[in-house]
Amino acid sequence: MSELVLDIRNLRKVYRVKRGGQNREIRAVDDISLAVRPGETLGIVGESGCGKSSLARAIMGLTRADEGEVLLNGTNLLTLDRHALARARLHIRMVFQDPYASLDPRRSVGDSVAEAGDIHGIFKDRAERAQRVGEALDRVGLGARFADRFPHELSGGQRQRVGIARAILPEPKLVIADEPVSALDVSIQAQVLNLLGELKARLGLTLMFISHDLSVVAKISDRVAVLYMGRVVEIAPARPLFRDPRHPYTALLIQAIPRPDPSTRITGAIDPDEPPSRFARLEGCPFNDRCPRRTALCATDAPALREIEPQRFVSCHHA
Amino acid sequence: MTAPVLSVSDLVVSAGPKFDIVRGVSFDIAPGEILGLVGESGCGKSMTSLAAMGLLPSGIRVSGGSIQLNGTDIIRLAPHQRVQRGCGRMAMVFQEPMTSLNPVLRIGEQIQEAVRVHDRAASPPARARELLDMVRIPDATHQLRAYPHELSGGMRQRVMIAIALACRPAVLIADEPTTALDVTVQRQVLGLIRELCDSLDMGVLFITHDLGVVAQLADRVAVMYAGGLVETGDVVPLFAAPRHPYTAGLMACLPDPNSDDPMLATIPGSAPRPNEIKQGCPFAPRCSRVDDICRRGAVPITFNDSGQAARCHFPLTCEAPE
Repeated sequence: MSELVLDIRNLRKVYRVKRGGQNREIRAVDDISLAVRPGETLGIVGESGCGKSSLARAIMGLTRADEGEVLLNGTNLLTLDRHALARARLHIRMVFQDPYASLDPRRSVGDSVAEAGDIHGIFKDRAERAQRVGEALDRVGLGARFADRFPHELSGGQRQRVGIARAILPEPKLVIADEPVSALDVSIQAQVLNLLGELKARLGLTLMFISHDLSVVAKISDRVAVLYMGRVVEIAPARPLFRDPRHPYTALLIQAIPRPDPSTRITGAIDPDEPPSRFARLEGCPFNDRCPRRTALCATDAPALREIEPQRFVSCHHA
Repeated sequence: MTAPVLSVSDLVVSAGPKFDIVRGVSFDIAPGEILGLVGESGCGKSMTSLAAMGLLPSGIRVSGGSIQLNGTDIIRLAPHQRVQRGCGRMAMVFQEPMTSLNPVLRIGEQIQEAVRVHDRAASPPARARELLDMVRIPDATHQLRAYPHELSGGMRQRVMIAIALACRPAVLIADEPTTALDVTVQRQVLGLIRELCDSLDMGVLFITHDLGVVAQLADRVAVMYAGGLVETGDVVPLFAAPRHPYTAGLMACLPDPNSDDPMLATIPGSAPRPNEIKQGCPFAPRCSRVDDICRRGAVPITFNDSGQAARCHFPLTCEAPE
């Protein structure tokens, strides 16, 4: 087995909130274990509230996980002190969803791209800084001439390219992209997805790609993990997962994607069927109340994630 | 063919002299029909719907064309005049239900308020219950007492639809109503809109950026680019064989998880801003089939046998220029 870039073990993040005068818990990340191999793109997909962004924040140390380990090339990030964590963040970089909110409007593109390098002193001199910034901007298809521009001069797609240049400049071991194309129009979305694919091929970029859009995730990822209520319900290579989902929730998600194909038209009302409140204390399988395949066992016993065939992990009693 | 309930012709919306953000848009909607108006951000699709509702922001006005609701031109009519003329009503549902609802009022009060304003004959509490049943909110009696924050996004959007239905509209305009929702919930809300359109014989103008949603829901499709319509047609033939290169380009950009090609098709460049549109076809700078004629003068609309209209010199069913 090849060495893992990122190895997440039994990660847990519980938010404690007051609601109706009572202390309640939201298990945002509920015992998640995942691994990312060098050069691979791991897609994380799920609907709002499934814990995908909490997972990213816990990995980055932007929120303190309650339990578990996040090993980056063998170093547990959760036990590092502030300074060591800051240094480690040079090796895990993030690309955010909203390219309008994630760039400082008063900073030139070049300064934004160089920021992490400036903070950690990775440039020998101004010439090297300019050269590295130019290189990063070239790689994302913008070119060094963009270094002197400001965010307001750029379109949404160009801003997101700046966001990616900023992430790849320090040559990180892992890039976590949280909904990087969700704010973009489809024609621009395709350009940015192609860019990520190219970077992966050219630089051997290792990517964790988080999105609510399963068709986008399936396109760009080597493997996909499906999250529901803070748990991983299925992990599999992208293509087989999409063609032959084994967890009933994955199947529901795939079936709900609006396909540009009028032969699968919606003909009438479908009764509301939504995930339970995140405050709900669940016995058994988290998907149990919506599941077409549920049995008495599902109401009492939470299924563990198990390997049903090589590379395919499903947490369902009936998979 | 039944007479259209909403008929928009040559609509021009301007934000100033020589600054047209909607440029000559025309479409009809029949009762019981869903027209999907699709386009990317900034193409003018929301401005078209706001013009129809008489809700254009200040500084932006209708500078040409007509909008007829049941045969009456409503552009210059104030809302109460529309009612007096008996030309029927329109209602609108927006993208973000949380910003459209009042956070400190119970759902029931907000629905009843709409009933009191628009439907004097009805008993507000009884009608509110009826409306919640129509949008299939389970346990209506209990939910009427809920505050917006206690509901999920999907339920809030159902409440917005209930409020919109309070005036018994002839036309419902839905501007990206499911964009903020998860896919499984989106599908449920789309199903509700389909059902209401059929059972109330309402015309629906459904605005979205998502071609998948249009294919699933609309009866007819209008594709908008840079302030104008580039293609219209019935949903099945249009998706089977798009005629305008922009429509075809948009469809090709969608990730198809079953395709083996790692690269997605793209449309080079980005859409022009309203003040950047020059003579000729606004899509010409990004088009793969462009020829000299595309950069000059007005582009004619051509129709094919199934009535699919495209504003293009070289629609995809004919040969590309050399």
